[in-house]
Amino acid sequence: MSLLKTIETGLRSLLGHRLRSVLTTLGILFGVAAVIATVGIGQASSDSVTARITSLGTNLLTISAGSTVSAGVFGGAGSANTLTMSDVQGLQDRQSAPDIAAVAPVSQGRASLILGSANWSTTVSGSTDGWLVTNTRTIGSGTFFNANDVATRTQVIVLGSTTAANLGAGVGDIVLVKQIPFQVIGVLATAGSQGFGNQDDLAVVPITTAQDELFGGGVQRILLSATSASTIGSAYLEANQILLQTHHIADPSQADFSITTQTQVLSTAQAVTQTLTILLASVAAISLLVGGIGVMNIMLVSVTERTSEIGLRKALGATPLDLFRQFVIEAGMLTALGGLLGVATGLAVGYIVPRAANIAVHITPLPVFVAVGVAVVVGLVFGVYPALRAARLAPIEALRAQ
Amino acid sequence: MPGPDELIHLESITKVYGVGDGAVAALREFSLTVASGESLAVMGPSGSGKSTLMNILGCLDTPTSGSYWFAGQDVSRLNETELAHVRNRRIGFVFQQFQLLPKLSAWRNVELPLLYRNVRDRRSLALQALEQVGLSNRVDHRPSQLSGGQQQRVAIARALVTNPDLILADEPTGNLDTASSRDVLAVLHELNEQGRTIVIITHDPEVAPVAKRTVHVRDGRLVEQVAA
Repeated sequence: MSLLKTIETGLRSLLGHRLRSVLTTLGILFGVAAVIATVGIGQASSDSVTARITSLGTNLLTISAGSTVSAGVFGGAGSANTLTMSDVQGLQDRQSAPDIAAVAPVSQGRASLILGSANWSTTVSGSTDGWLVTNTRTIGSGTFFNANDVATRTQVIVLGSTTAANLGAGVGDIVLVKQIPFQVIGVLATAGSQGFGNQDDLAVVPITTAQDELFGGGVQRILLSATSASTIGSAYLEANQILLQTHHIADPSQADFSITTQTQVLSTAQAVTQTLTILLASVAAISLLVGGIGVMNIMLVSVTERTSEIGLRKALGATPLDLFRQFVIEAGMLTALGGLLGVATGLAVGYIVPRAANIAVHITPLPVFVAVGVAVVVGLVFGVYPALRAARLAPIEALRAQ
Repeated sequence: MPGPDELIHLESITKVYGVGDGAVAALREFSLTVASGESLAVMGPSGSGKSTLMNILGCLDTPTSGSYWFAGQDVSRLNETELAHVRNRRIGFVFQQFQLLPKLSAWRNVELPLLYRNVRDRRSLALQALEQVGLSNRVDHRPSQLSGGQQQRVAIARALVTNPDLILADEPTGNLDTASSRDVLAVLHELNEQGRTIVIITHDPEVAPVAKRTVHVRDGRLVEQVAA
């Protein structure tokens, strides 16, 4: 039998059982759509993490305080107060650290800001004038505080644009942080939210003021900016050397601090999102497999139901190969159709979800082709066994079945 | 070895079903020849082995031992695919249950065997065959829209459409009333008059006279031959 005629016969038989064909197709449809959509969501979150991290500047290094060990309990990185303002001064020395362009210590906490009747809780960071450079931010209106403000512990505050808008605060207003008045001297230019969190909802004060009035002494992190992306390596070594010296540590493996670069953070974050994507996609792939088993099930039913037809076709001269082909092609058509509709559904999900639920979906061609390819292969593989059953039926017994 | 005019030559055919103690011989040392252009009725009660004979004659099954020459070719040792080709090109079947596909129209049913040999002009061949059985005005009807007699005539048209050497009818009137039976037998008779070899398997004594020769099968053996 010619291929075209086989396809026509298959179509005729699928159309003869419309509801059954549609339901079988649905199994594949959802499998393919799920694979496309989940990989799309995973891809989008990976993109957004990458964008967010690179927007912080690729020549950024972060020094975190070491961990405490108290009665054998490991406190976790940053739990020890090993970083001090004198470390910051050491790192600012152009002589021993020529590749470090800017240094900004950070002492951070959450606090409520009050202006009149407006009350807004946000992250307040104590830092120095190096904060703007290391965070690659710019001032929108007013000014940022300078080294003198840090030295004299002035009570001034710079707000993110979202924070300012929510408080209704502008340059010159006095806001209360933990009952202490701070004068707003500047509002940052909008950075935009990048998927997770909002970079415009924050407040910055001189670190000396923060230590004295808000969060107590100590430095949680020190942000460093290398002179360029290519000097990150040497900036890293210089910072490490300076801190080992000022902390009087001879053995580098005993360091009470750790330095991470943006590239490290980036690759870690990408590995995490990739793992999540693979996890989601595997769950989706399992549903595709279940759909394939559905196809096999329905093809077995079809073979049983059409036993006498198979017997007749054999008597009329259909070879085992003819019948094998017919059933494999029927299964292949079911899954190919399900696959194509699944692509359409997946693309529709990719279009609707970002608009309806504010979840980014980024669909790339590869998973689409892979999902459809897998669907068709699944159909053919799961169609083989029923088709073999049809091909092997003895014509006499098949004819007798009524 | 078969003679030149012999379409069917069975030589000591034995067919055993099952193995060991459960083995049953449906045909024992069965020999039979049918000449080209002959018409033969095979009669016998149920369990006599006539169905097995029909399966072997129709190349639907192979004998356990013995030889079967069909149109000069030894078909007793062919594999399934080769047998399918013999059935498709040389044998037309007519079954008791008609075996028409319910979702296909009359001419689509008649076309079926042609699909397995890649012939062109399938529709015109199918229409010719339907005309031969007097159903030119029913070509687009589905089986459910036809009477039993008409359905069986569609089945005969399907058997004819490949221009086979042999038409093998298994209880062709088993599901028909008297008038339709007469109709169907008349068509078979006419085909034989035109020179087509016909073998009818039946247990109905009314059917046998249509054939020029009748043989009886009992316990898997040929018991008598009666010339009509």
